[in-house]
Amino acid sequence: MGLTRLLALVRKEFLALFRDPKSRMILIMPPLIQLVVFSYAATLEVRNVDVMVLNRDSGHWGAELTSRIEASPQFHLVQRTDDPAELREAIDREWVIAAVEIGADFSRDIESGVTAEMAVILDGRRSNASQIVSGYISSIAAGLAADTPAGQRLATVRVGTVARNWFNPNLEFKWFMVPGLVASIAMLVGLLVTSLSIARERELGTFDQLMVSPLRTHEILIGKVIPPILIGFLHITLFILAAVWIFGIPLRGSVIALYAAAFFYLVSLVGFGLFISALAATQQQAILGAFLFLVPAMLLSGFATPIANMPGWLQVLTYVNPLRYFLVIVRGVFLKDIPLAEIIAETAPMAVIAAITLPAAGWLFRSRLE
Amino acid sequence: MTTLRRGRVRRLTALIRKESFQIIRDPSSILIALVLPLILLFLFGYGVSLDTSRTNVGLVLEETTPVTLELAASFQNSRYFDVTVGHDRREFAEDLVQSRIGGILVIPNGFTADLTAARHPAVQVIVDGADPNTANFVQNYAAGTVSTWEAQRAAERALTATPLLVQQRFWFNPELKSRNFLVPGSIAIVMTLVGTLLTSMVIAREWERGTMEAMMATPVTAWELLAGKIVPYFLLGLASMSLCVGLAVFLFGVPFRGSILALYALSAAFLMPSLGQGLLISAVTKNQFLASQLALLSGFLPSFLLSGFIFEINSMPLVIQYVSMIVPARYLIPSLQSVFLAGDIWPMFLRSILVLLGFGLVLFAVAIRKTAKRIT
Amino acid sequence: MTATAKPVLVRLDGVVKRFGAGAPALDGVSGDIRGGEITGLVGPDGAGKTTLIRLMTGLMQPDGGVITVLDHDARKEAPAIQAAIGYMPQRFGLYEDLSVQENLDLYADMRGLPRRERPAVFDELLTFTDLKRFTDRLAGKLSGGMKQKLGLACALIRKPRLLLLDEPGVGVDPISRRELWKMVENLTTEGIGVVWSTAYLDEAEACDHVLLMNAGKLLYAGTPPGLTDRVAGRVKRLIGIKGSRRRLLARLLDDDKVVDGVIQGEAIRLVLAEGDDGDSVVKTAGAEADRLIPATPRFEDAFVDMLGGGPGGRSALAEAQAARPDGDGRPVIEARGLTKRFGDFTAADRITFDIPRGQIFGLLGPNGAGKSTTFKMLCGLLKPSEGEGRVAGFDLRRDAAEARNRLGYMAQKFSLYGDLSVGQNLDFFAGVYGLAGARRRERIAMMLDVFDLAPHASMSTKDLPLGLKQRLALAAAVMHEPEALFLDEPTSGVDPITRREFWTHINGLVEKGVTVLVTTHFMDEAEYCDRISLIYRGKSIALGSPDDLKASVATTDRPDPTMEDAFIALIEASEQEAAA
Repeated sequence: MGLTRLLALVRKEFLALFRDPKSRMILIMPPLIQLVVFSYAATLEVRNVDVMVLNRDSGHWGAELTSRIEASPQFHLVQRTDDPAELREAIDREWVIAAVEIGADFSRDIESGVTAEMAVILDGRRSNASQIVSGYISSIAAGLAADTPAGQRLATVRVGTVARNWFNPNLEFKWFMVPGLVASIAMLVGLLVTSLSIARERELGTFDQLMVSPLRTHEILIGKVIPPILIGFLHITLFILAAVWIFGIPLRGSVIALYAAAFFYLVSLVGFGLFISALAATQQQAILGAFLFLVPAMLLSGFATPIANMPGWLQVLTYVNPLRYFLVIVRGVFLKDIPLAEIIAETAPMAVIAAITLPAAGWLFRSRLE
Repeated sequence: MTTLRRGRVRRLTALIRKESFQIIRDPSSILIALVLPLILLFLFGYGVSLDTSRTNVGLVLEETTPVTLELAASFQNSRYFDVTVGHDRREFAEDLVQSRIGGILVIPNGFTADLTAARHPAVQVIVDGADPNTANFVQNYAAGTVSTWEAQRAAERALTATPLLVQQRFWFNPELKSRNFLVPGSIAIVMTLVGTLLTSMVIAREWERGTMEAMMATPVTAWELLAGKIVPYFLLGLASMSLCVGLAVFLFGVPFRGSILALYALSAAFLMPSLGQGLLISAVTKNQFLASQLALLSGFLPSFLLSGFIFEINSMPLVIQYVSMIVPARYLIPSLQSVFLAGDIWPMFLRSILVLLGFGLVLFAVAIRKTAKRIT
Repeated sequence: MTATAKPVLVRLDGVVKRFGAGAPALDGVSGDIRGGEITGLVGPDGAGKTTLIRLMTGLMQPDGGVITVLDHDARKEAPAIQAAIGYMPQRFGLYEDLSVQENLDLYADMRGLPRRERPAVFDELLTFTDLKRFTDRLAGKLSGGMKQKLGLACALIRKPRLLLLDEPGVGVDPISRRELWKMVENLTTEGIGVVWSTAYLDEAEACDHVLLMNAGKLLYAGTPPGLTDRVAGRVKRLIGIKGSRRRLLARLLDDDKVVDGVIQGEAIRLVLAEGDDGDSVVKTAGAEADRLIPATPRFEDAFVDMLGGGPGGRSALAEAQAARPDGDGRPVIEARGLTKRFGDFTAADRITFDIPRGQIFGLLGPNGAGKSTTFKMLCGLLKPSEGEGRVAGFDLRRDAAEARNRLGYMAQKFSLYGDLSVGQNLDFFAGVYGLAGARRRERIAMMLDVFDLAPHASMSTKDLPLGLKQRLALAAAVMHEPEALFLDEPTSGVDPITRREFWTHINGLVEKGVTVLVTTHFMDEAEYCDRISLIYRGKSIALGSPDDLKASVATTDRPDPTMEDAFIALIEASEQEAAA
């Protein structure tokens, strides 16, 4: 008996989702936008930027440095100027992100073995990008320094740094971003679908129809929760496939463990979604509620910026964010093949969150029926 | 003629007054114009930080000599690293896998000998490539620390340490606080929320409740109806912006080097396309639910992602760069950051203002056409 | 003053309006609307009433034909029209978060009412609408009737020459409706032309002039008596019925000589075919009824006659259902001191009644009086603060699921899943009520067949015409053969033919032992009930059969009161009692 009812409910939820053009939009648009915008556009890498060179030196080394900067693949356009005012304007108006200033004595100093100086002016308004640009210019300068007579003499005693990039040899930003998308898409769609589902029925008047049926409250809630979880799994699977086949990201760890963790992740999310749904009287309120939850949840998860950079009191807040835990798991499983113990350690908090939010949402749902 | 004009003025002021009452009494206006901006500002002021100011690293001293200890001390004193010292790199491998540290710095066995024998001494930097941004910083800071250490050693021995010294000068934001550019950027996002999301929703609500129809059957013109919406939400947008600027300066300590005039001129210009978009969305959807979705999708998301707010537009694929050209926030954010950090750069501002007004004009024109006093 | 002497304010000439493909919403409508009288724009939902009013305001453009309003072409001179008319759209066009006074101020500014004149005009309107005490209250906090009056006041800010009211009677109880009607009647004495659109046919009877519409076509234009004349002498009442009047009605409806028939309290109201003298009816009734007496024709009689008569009396649905044994004689639905409090407001106060098997029980009352609250407590949508409700012997609190398994529910507003197809909706409700396997297939097939839904089985329900939606909603409610049916204003806005079809099924089911609880605004519908409880201010102020209630208010002036008369008299009596 109970199973027949539950199946009918779950099937109805799916049909309603797929037949309603508005709901279909929610299933299709966010994943598409995420895939295109985040995986291609949301990058903290810095490429194709413009820089300026002001070379007062007439000797060989100034020209050499200029041409090496011009040859760098990171820069799109290298402008030359003789006028400091023009340099200031170019930085001020963000025509270039950085400017290299080579002094008049540059070649002479190098030839005579004195430490030559060059200045790099960077746009602090974009401090993140300009720090990376500064790194590019420094390594060009280091290359030049090594080729100077003094540099060649010193080469053998210079302390080098040998970098080894574990898990992501070329430090490709996509390898960082795309696994994160697997987690965030499930959150976006799972939360939206859940939070809209009850609000939609309230708005259309079908909710009363459900309430007078022999369905028990917990059956209605379970029926509401299963479809978003299944859809969450579908999106997770699609994004894992895209990560591996479109973006060529290695999947090194246990897929089974990943899916097991994903289950708890989705359940905890759906708990939040149900909470919003129980509170919202209309679909529009549900959308705003979901938005109000999603923006902080995305920003305070380590999705784009590390949690370690946040102040301590804010880090505490991230403990209730399921995305925080699942991100560690999904990135870990993809790139690092993290041990099972670690996966379990990150899954446990999500299970706790689910164990609190689901009953709480159920309670809220019941009490709102009065 | 004058009575005609008087009627028009009276209708307009009545509409504005009505809208103001509604703004004050409607919780969703307060939510979007007041609570949401505060939340966003706090998130960007505190939560989102790109400054890898201090990273946990493991330092492996495979040999202990006066030289390596001196180098290790350099790392320990660096303001970029929180160092845990060990003697075997395997001690830290697990920490790196579990992201507890951002990198392992290894001063290898034989380092001292290599240094004295001029056999290319080297420090190994093992980073967590799973987080490329942090990995980059760790590499750069490690190299920087090594150079500084070398320079000190050379100075002590009166030697030429390096043939070339690169002086870095970060203009406008010498402490390299990402908060200083994120907070001004988020103010643009807040204005998008008020201008596009809130405006589109309140007009859609009038369609849903049938009040739009009742208004349209009075002598009011489509222009007056739109102006009656634009003026209050324009002012509300500026109020939200002012609140955010106040918080940015007094709470987050973001410097404000430009003029108030430039700030308001830029914000006012930006609200034009923003409001125009809101009007257009509501005229097309006439439904709050669709309007809110469309506003978030076409207003909030692009302002957030395709405006240079966090992500460099230059680094994006060309197609997306072209798309970003129609995102109004792209023209506001650099200017807004400049008003805060650089001061008044009028040529830049004027160009932004012109482009924004141009967008606004086009959007208003389309919105007016769509809001002609007709029900379809 | 003769009708022709009154000035023509609106002239409709072959007006056509289409929305997308399919049948036009308005198909060649022509007619006149005059000043100084109330013109009823009458027809069921979807007839095209709202579209026609919008065309007259100039907010919408016709696809064909000419509309002249106050000598202006509505196509080209909309601003001139809008400056001179008053318009109240369906939801009154009020700003719910503005106060009464602020709404009036806004409309005064919109219509350019000079400041000097305002105090006098506001005073007059507020007195007229009796809203003086509430000027500071937010419009959203007003009752339905008060909103209505405020909407009217806003439309009258600058005395218009033409006043357009789109379904002002919806969601308003008969008392408020009567008050509103009086106000509007007063306006006509000043020469204002009023258009009053309505789906209630009894409202139409009071109009000076009527445009009767159905499915985009104008069926009749003229005075109400002009329409009722077509059934003059053919409307009868069969009285003194022994045995089941429902079963008798079913038999009579299958008679060719009967055009239409409805239950009216203890009697049956019939419209006979043209030229018939009633012999065949008397013969069919045989010993079951005393005699056939003439009755005053009503608008609805004529409307049904015009549409070619009502449906037959057989309900395939009821025939397929096994008769329920009388059981232990215990009532199927019981309300015992049901009380619901919201904060310190008592929405329902110790409501007690019970409904024996095979009866129809009606909950009647003004809006906000507590009938919905009572209804919702009895079908388990609201938990009572005190008292208990039982359905089929099961306590709604303790055995809610068992109770719900035995009840069918049909909401006021169409509330099935609009995006699901007809078949999917039926399948869902079958599943929810635990029907499985062969029985499920059988019941679904039967519903599709009985309600003639099979040709539309794969259509999305939201695209169905109103009549089919109504059928589907009933199908979903009776799919699991419930013992008790809960119907919340089941036929508001539905055309009279569909309404009769609906009641044929209900009557058939009741004869098979199903018990029905219905809330209604329709006085006609109240007449179908075996017993009625009149709810007012949270209390049941009268309980009895429709004839009892009518008889209780009969006076020498009014020997044969209608249900609406009874309703109003009983409420007024209750108010006087409360005041005393």
